[in-house]
Amino acid sequence: MIDSATVEKIARLARLELSEAEVERFAGELGRILAYVEQLGELNTDDVEPLAHPLDLTNALDDDMPSPSLPREEVLKNAPAHDGDCFLVPPVL
Amino acid sequence: MNMASFRTVIGLEVHVQLKTRTKLFCRCSTRFGAPPNTQVCPVCTGMPGALPKLNRRALELAVLAGMALHCEIPRFTKWDRKNYFYPDLPKGYQISQYDLPVSQNGYLEIGDDQGRFASKRVGIIRAHLEEDAGKSMHDEAAGVAESRIDLNRTGTPLLEIVSRPDMASAREAKAYLTELKLLLEYLGVSDCNMQEGSLRVDANVNLHIDTDSGTIATPIVEVKNMNSFRAVERALEFEARRQYDQWRQTGERLGDVPKQTRGWDDQREVTVPQREKEESSDYRYFPDPDLVPVVWSDAELAAIRQRLGASPREVRSRLIQEAGLSAYDAGVLVQQGPAMIAYWDAVIAEGVSPKRAANWLQQDILRLLKERSESIDEFPVSAEQLAELLRQVESGKLNTTRGREVLTVMVEEGRDLVSSMESLGIREVDASELETLCRELLQKNPSVVEDVRAGKVKAIGALIGQARKLNPNADPGAVRNLLMEMVNRS
Repeated sequence: MIDSATVEKIARLARLELSEAEVERFAGELGRILAYVEQLGELNTDDVEPLAHPLDLTNALDDDMPSPSLPREEVLKNAPAHDGDCFLVPPVL
Repeated sequence: MNMASFRTVIGLEVHVQLKTRTKLFCRCSTRFGAPPNTQVCPVCTGMPGALPKLNRRALELAVLAGMALHCEIPRFTKWDRKNYFYPDLPKGYQISQYDLPVSQNGYLEIGDDQGRFASKRVGIIRAHLEEDAGKSMHDEAAGVAESRIDLNRTGTPLLEIVSRPDMASAREAKAYLTELKLLLEYLGVSDCNMQEGSLRVDANVNLHIDTDSGTIATPIVEVKNMNSFRAVERALEFEARRQYDQWRQTGERLGDVPKQTRGWDDQREVTVPQREKEESSDYRYFPDPDLVPVVWSDAELAAIRQRLGASPREVRSRLIQEAGLSAYDAGVLVQQGPAMIAYWDAVIAEGVSPKRAANWLQQDILRLLKERSESIDEFPVSAEQLAELLRQVESGKLNTTRGREVLTVMVEEGRDLVSSMESLGIREVDASELETLCRELLQKNPSVVEDVRAGKVKAIGALIGQARKLNPNADPGAVRNLLMEMVNRS
């Protein structure tokens, strides 16, 4: 149901590097997961409204009032590389 | 070789930053120009466990803009995640709206005051809310090995306004952008400042070419990296020509090749192919489980609708109908933005004739603002003070030239009208003073008197010039009348 090309594509989108053996394994696992979820398709949902959110809650809004941000040292401290002002990443051109 | 006839087909995607104090899903400030990474918190950096909360004002501004664009405002709207990896996107997804946007199916009416194209409605497919990404900076010249990332902008509220492909020329596209920007400024929804990145434009463009075997469409190209409305106009003109040439060479049609993205090179004035973001089209949208939907009541929508002020289009026709301005004059004033219209209204409220007010605002006030790099809000002469000055001009106590001099003193020295006139030595010239002045001039210039008697009425001009030097307060019109009267009487 899920072929290895699909697994490779999903892995690429998620920036995951998989070995050939892993691709093989996940093709099987993902296929079984999808088949499991697919059972829902057996239900008749003709009269059911699409559900956007499981909570019965709407309009959770906040006022446009600033509150303090984090100190910059905190923001940067877990980054693999920074120069005190900015995060440093491989070149983006 | 004959040039086949073709039509350019343009649709625009415009992102505008909404005028809020805080971000779309957290309460970090959106102030422009803060030091890098000082307006950042766990929500906008996507830390585990952080919970986004929707900014009420951003939502209301989006609805307001949708209403002004004649859009439907669906009762139900929700938020979705658009997934992709990029260094300026710390969460690995952008919160946007996929299938149920905040507004849809509207239009914006555009026209050209010189009649270069017929007025038309440009359809609006949708206007949806989404968050901005951060900013990446790369100093190529310095040959630095890394890019620097500033996340202050991350999470800033944007409204993405997607038009239908209803524009048929670069000129129409520019008119759409100009009108859209003005509308959003009048609404107070956005500052639309392209320099600060609060308005960004991408264009989708292709050609419909008439051939012997029917009309064919060229592949659609998305044009990015246009940093001014002028750049948009030039880029679209270039791209239409380029696609025509490309079609002549390759015969490629829509569907033959994947959609291409090209960037505008402002220096070279060409569009160049851009590297595609890998797998960019596969964003795997899904509803954001951290955010609950919004459901509008009639009362809530009516309350927002009440905040809709006059659109630029409505202000233009008010100026034409109520104040008798020409379409051109009305256009120039409205183009200056809502603050200028408020200033105008205040001048008119003081009883100044609309035509005179329009002349002074367009000629003198606009020139002074430009020279001083000021906005009308910062202009040192209030509408009431200007009205006072214009009333002096209207009653003939000041001629236009003297009026301008007074205005200059008011602006440069920050004085009021009376003290500005005093500092220029302006006072009323009484009848006997005027008569003495004219008599002297006629006595000193018998040849001019001869000329005038001989029918060369224009000769009198020399004396008016002299009169201005002798007494700058003497009204040239009154001097002329009296001189002529005295010549004819004698």
